[in-house]
Amino acid sequence: MIAPHGGKLVNRLMDEKKKADILARASRLVSLTLDSDLVSDLENIATGVYSPLEGFLNQADFLSVLNQMRLANDLPWTIPIVIDVDRELAAKIRPGQEVLLRTEELKPVGLLTVEDIYDYNKEEFCLRVYGTTDPKHPGVSRVLAMKEALLGGPVELLELEPTPYDRYRLSPRETRILFKEKGWRTVVGFQTRNTPHLGHEYVQKAALTFTDGLFINPVIGRKKKGDFKDEVILASYEELIKHYYLRERAVMAILKMEMRYAGPREAIHHAIIRKNFGCTHIIIGRDHAGVGNYYHPYAAQEIFEEFPDLGIVPLFFKSFFFCQKCGSIENEKTCPHQASSHLQFSGTRIRELLVRGEIPPKELMRPEVARIILSFDNPFND
Amino acid sequence: MEKEFTPVSIPTSLYKKIEEKIKGTEFSSVSSYVTKVLRENLAKNEDNKEVFSPEEEEKIKERLKALGYID
Repeated sequence: MIAPHGGKLVNRLMDEKKKADILARASRLVSLTLDSDLVSDLENIATGVYSPLEGFLNQADFLSVLNQMRLANDLPWTIPIVIDVDRELAAKIRPGQEVLLRTEELKPVGLLTVEDIYDYNKEEFCLRVYGTTDPKHPGVSRVLAMKEALLGGPVELLELEPTPYDRYRLSPRETRILFKEKGWRTVVGFQTRNTPHLGHEYVQKAALTFTDGLFINPVIGRKKKGDFKDEVILASYEELIKHYYLRERAVMAILKMEMRYAGPREAIHHAIIRKNFGCTHIIIGRDHAGVGNYYHPYAAQEIFEEFPDLGIVPLFFKSFFFCQKCGSIENEKTCPHQASSHLQFSGTRIRELLVRGEIPPKELMRPEVARIILSFDNPFND
Repeated sequence: MEKEFTPVSIPTSLYKKIEEKIKGTEFSSVSSYVTKVLRENLAKNEDNKEVFSPEEEEKIKERLKALGYID
C-alpha cells in the first residue's frame, strides 16, 4: 500500500475521556466560530485527509508553503490551511492556550492548541497561491474577506459533523482497507466537481485500463454559482456506475472540502489528498481546478515537474472530443478529421441544454445520467 | 522568507558532468538539479508506517459492509 504523505496517517480524533473534559470546561475556554469550510478543514486534518498536517499552519510552515510550495520540513504542500481571527480576539490569545472551536450553530467541534499568532499579507497570499489579486477570482475574494491574523497549532476533533451524504463518507483509513479488501494494488483517483459526461467516463476508463481500481472522489462543499449541486453530482455518478462500471473496479466516496480554484497549486493539493486515501495514481485533465482564464490550460500538469518527491503518479489527459467521422472519442493526436466533425465536451454547452430541459446528444452524455440531472427542479447552485 | 541552503561536497568531475548535462534544460544550476534528483530518490524510499490493529481493521470492515462497499 502506498505510504501516506509524510509516512503516517494523522489521527486527531479526541478520545471520549478528553471529549468529556473539554465539554465540561467549554464555557471557560476562549472560543472561535468556524464557517463550514473551516470545519471541513478541521475534519480533514483530524481524519488524515491532510496528512501530515496535525493542525492549522504555523507561521514557518505558512511562509514556506507560500514561497516554496513545501512545508518547512521540505515536504510538498501547496495550499495554506489556515485559520483566521480578528485582531481583537488575537490579542486575547497566547501561545500554549487552548481555543475551543465551534460550528456556526455554536456547537463545540474541536480544540486548537495555539502555537503562534501571526499577521500575513493578503496580497502576497493571493499572488502566490492564485497567481492573481483579482477580486473576481473566487479564491482571492475568499482571502480578501479573511480576518487580519492567523492562528497556528495542532487541533483535535470532537466528532465529525453529519452531512446529508454520510453514506458516501469514508476516511483515508477506511478507503485504504477498502482498496486492500478489493485486492487493488494500484488505484487511480478522480477528482470531480461536475456531473459526468462521456469525456470524463473516457479518461476514467482509460486510466482504469492501467490500474486495478478507480476511486471517484467528488468534492462536496462550497462551490461557485452555476456549479452542479452536490446531490446532483452524487446521483448522476451513482447512475453512471450502476449502468456502465464494474462494481468490483470502481467506488465513489465524497471529499468534504471547499474548492479553492487555485489551478496548478490545487492540483498538487488534490494529488496529496488522494495519496492519503491510498491512491497510487491521479487523473489530471485540462485546466484542473481552474476557473475563468486565470491559468494556462496545462499549467496544472506542468507543475508536477517541480515535485519529483510527491509519491503519487499523475496521469495527464489532454482534451477529448467525439468525432462523428471516427464514431468514437478522440483527441488532437488521434483524429485526422476536421473540427467540423467534432462534438466538444463543453460543460457550458451541456449545461445550456440541461437548463432548457433537453437531453444532450448521447455522444456527449449518457441519457441515463442526463435524465437523473433533469429529475432535479434546479440542479445548479444559486 | 528566503530559502535556506547548505553546501554539500561532490567530486569536481561530477559537478562538471552535471553542468554539461543541464545546459539548455529547465535547471538553472547544478544545485537545482541535485536537489531534484535527491528529492526523487528520497521519495522512492518513503516508509509506510501505517499499521492498523486487527480490531480497528475489523471495525472498519463492518462499516464498509454496512455501507455496501464490500460484501
